[in-house]
Amino acid sequence: MSLLEVDKISMRFGGHVALDAVTLHADPGLVTALIGPNGAGKTTLFNVICGLLSPSSGDVYLDNKSLTKLKPYKRARLGLARTFQRLELWSLLTVRENVQVAAELRAGFGSDGVDPRSEIESIVERVGLSDMIDHRVDELPTGQARLVEIARALATKPRLLLLDEPASGLDDQESEGLGHLLRELAADGLAVLIVEHDVQLVMDVSDHIFVLDFGRVIANGDPASIRTDPAVLAAYLGSSLEQPS
Amino acid sequence: MSDFLSFTIVGLATAAIYAIGASGLVLTYTTTGVFNFAHGAIGMLGAFMYWQLRFDWGLPAPLAFLIVLFGFGPLVGVLLERGIFRGLQGTSEAVRLVVTVSLLFAMIGVANWIWDPQENRLSEKFFGGSSFKVIGEIITYQELLRVGAAVVVAIGLRVLLYRTRAGIAMRASVDDRPLAALNGARPDRSAMLAWAIGCSLAMLAGMLYVGGIALEAQSISLLIVNAYAAAMVGRLRSLPMTFLGAIVIALVQTYWGAYVPQGSEAAWAQYFGQSIVFAIPILILFIVLLALPAARLRGHGLTRTREFYPMPSWVGASRFAAIVLAGALMAIPLVAAKDSLTIAKLFGTGILVLSLVPLVGLGGQVSLCQFSFAGIGAVTMSHLGGGSPIGLVYAMVFAGIVGAIIALPALRLSGIYLALATAAFAVFMDRWVWKLKPFKLPFTDVTIDLFGTAGSLSVERLKIFGFDSGAKGKVLGMNLSPEDRQLIVMAVGFVAVAMVVVAIRRSSFGRRLLAMKDSEAACATVGMNVTGTKLAIFSTSAALAGLGGALIGVANQSTNADNWQFLNGLPVFMIGVVGGMGRIGGALFAGISLQVLNTMAAWPVLNTRFLGMGPAPEGWYSKFAFASPGFMGIGLGRNPNGAVSDMRVGFEPILMSRRALAIVSIGIVGLYVATLRVDALNGWIFILGTVVLLIVGAQIGKSDAIAKGTLEPDPDPSIEEFDGTHLEWVGIDRPVTDTDIALLDSKLGLTREALA
Repeated sequence: MSLLEVDKISMRFGGHVALDAVTLHADPGLVTALIGPNGAGKTTLFNVICGLLSPSSGDVYLDNKSLTKLKPYKRARLGLARTFQRLELWSLLTVRENVQVAAELRAGFGSDGVDPRSEIESIVERVGLSDMIDHRVDELPTGQARLVEIARALATKPRLLLLDEPASGLDDQESEGLGHLLRELAADGLAVLIVEHDVQLVMDVSDHIFVLDFGRVIANGDPASIRTDPAVLAAYLGSSLEQPS
Repeated sequence: MSDFLSFTIVGLATAAIYAIGASGLVLTYTTTGVFNFAHGAIGMLGAFMYWQLRFDWGLPAPLAFLIVLFGFGPLVGVLLERGIFRGLQGTSEAVRLVVTVSLLFAMIGVANWIWDPQENRLSEKFFGGSSFKVIGEIITYQELLRVGAAVVVAIGLRVLLYRTRAGIAMRASVDDRPLAALNGARPDRSAMLAWAIGCSLAMLAGMLYVGGIALEAQSISLLIVNAYAAAMVGRLRSLPMTFLGAIVIALVQTYWGAYVPQGSEAAWAQYFGQSIVFAIPILILFIVLLALPAARLRGHGLTRTREFYPMPSWVGASRFAAIVLAGALMAIPLVAAKDSLTIAKLFGTGILVLSLVPLVGLGGQVSLCQFSFAGIGAVTMSHLGGGSPIGLVYAMVFAGIVGAIIALPALRLSGIYLALATAAFAVFMDRWVWKLKPFKLPFTDVTIDLFGTAGSLSVERLKIFGFDSGAKGKVLGMNLSPEDRQLIVMAVGFVAVAMVVVAIRRSSFGRRLLAMKDSEAACATVGMNVTGTKLAIFSTSAALAGLGGALIGVANQSTNADNWQFLNGLPVFMIGVVGGMGRIGGALFAGISLQVLNTMAAWPVLNTRFLGMGPAPEGWYSKFAFASPGFMGIGLGRNPNGAVSDMRVGFEPILMSRRALAIVSIGIVGLYVATLRVDALNGWIFILGTVVLLIVGAQIGKSDAIAKGTLEPDPDPSIEEFDGTHLEWVGIDRPVTDTDIALLDSKLGLTREALA
């Protein structure tokens, strides 16, 4: 069984079905991507996995343990960390303090003796923000602010990292750096689940891709198979363009 | 059965008033996002205006009624929307809250200003109290008017919101203001309409309520708390549920008053039974809060804020402590014993504001009941203290526990509910708990006795480490009266609490609080138990308030229920926010301001004691002093960091230049010694001289620092400032005007000629 198992999750908002029996998984040591057009339900699924939304039906398991009834903070304590598409940084605090708060919490709730409080600077360095460490985060451009969110998530020493569009707002060079970082994290044994619109980045770094459209998983497989999958092409390009005459 | 019917009719008539009041509240909240704590005060103004027209000026009742309903009501609504509420778009919930609470306070102040509260104003019953009979039941025309008005309001609002273009535009602008505007609606106009109708409904409720009773500004304004409970049943959204809530609350209240034994043998039933009638709506409010589902954690995206919470250093905090303690000690020889006590109370108020700094400033949570916690502290100190510092510990523990119990139901919900719950708790204490006479708990031998039979308790003065604060005589060569000793105790208490607050800000807990204020969703996803954190800070804050209350009780040597009324506590909250909730200096500012205002309110005392200018003229300034915290709070929003932040920027240069520091310190010490030695100089001259020295010192320091290059000279105001607003904030702080564009064009050289 995988570290993260999403089992037939459905989410309805009134009459609108945002997620329709979505099943997917993510494994340690791998970068798993979740792609799909705008409005496909990717962020909704992230919110369900981390507990900010309760699903209408279905279950989420982390390491065989059902998370479905747990509050978000308890899920985080089991090793689940995330970033947000619309940044959720603590703008009154500096980069260092943002990471520090997460590290201090982890030192408090962890039972494995891990104390990331001494690693704050190295975590910030890892995402390439050492120069900005004592700046207030609301002074940072969006791309760098996204990296602060990643650093903060890493400070909780997670087993599963959910990244919601981490590359948006990054320039090409930064994007490339992010790709390296993601591969490194997977190599460290982390399960990384990423939602991203930058198809090039996704194809470069992912081991496995799930494609979501209108709340359903329409395809999954390795990057090469996804690239040529007719259903994926239809969803992204529109069926009328599928077979140009 | 017949009794039951007539009680039901009375209950329904009361329900009608609650429903009308609550529906106006729900209407303005849902259409503008502003929860108006001053709604009841607007109703109170309506009632007073009606009284003025009808009974003082002798207009016919229907005419007076219609003038208030369709004239004053909409007018006040439009003025408030244009003058205050429009400016609150896009501000934080806390700022909106402070502004409406300040408005409540200011309106009561204004009403007491215009209509002297000493005078008895009876508003007669409508239709002269005449009645008619239906199936054997007497129904007064006044009751019929109340119920009829509620029915008309219910139908009218339904038609307005669902059948008219204006109403649909109003509902649309709640969902998405810019989107509604893009679709041709005018959100500003919708908001204005909502405020006009909301204020008219408030005034209608106010006028209907006062038929047959004597007008009293504060109690009518607080009637709104009953309406909150009804509005909460409708979850601040649903008008039908709000009406249902009003009916349930009023009927429970009426039946309780009618059927629960009163004046029976058992003392507990007598006291328990009678006064709790007034607290029933609040009990229902709490039950509803418990029943509401927890709010979903929502993100809001990264916000850029002008708020600034600097990390205080221990050096800076120690310097602050030293200045405060030195100031207190230096004041003793300058002022009479009685004035030592006045200054001591300033620190008491300061402690109460300090208790809010971690809660409001760091945690972003609101409490409107710090005075109730302070009251609990004072009562505990009286009963368990006996002059021992352990009493202070008990005071903190009790207040902290009660704080946790109060906060628990509301903390699961969003900010406005916590504000409501705390306001409701304060009124609950006022209406019931503080009024309890000693009674035996049923089936036990335990006697509950808060303020004793006399309604007032004595509090013994503290004896700490051999220092008896109630004694006279010399300590370390200084001749100290008991009042002087209170000043020392309070100053030490203030400094101690200030250090606790600094420690909280510097700790990991402090960082967590600031994080929580910013994004609760992010906190939860890194493993923070947000509800637990809120609970911890709320009860810590309550405990600090309890300590403040206990110390105030000790300084006064007594405490009674009147000391801790909800309305008395509001200025502390408002001025605290104005002073700046992020800094300990803000608390000192608030303490000094409130003490100055209180002293102004008691001008004759101040005058004879310090100035000797003979009897005071008419006491308008005392009324102004009462209302002014309200006016100050309304002006908030322009500077969310508070006044102290600005002052600090102004005086900081003194510390940047040794020359300035030397001039100021030597000057103050010299002035002080001169004041002690020379009879012609008094405390006021010393204070004035100190202020002058500080201002001069700041100027010297500034020029020195600019010369040294450690401080940037002031920028050219014509470039940086646009009509008092920094260029970057034009369009955010206030709309862009044609003058701004013309000025920008001229700076950029985009003149008509250049463009041509």
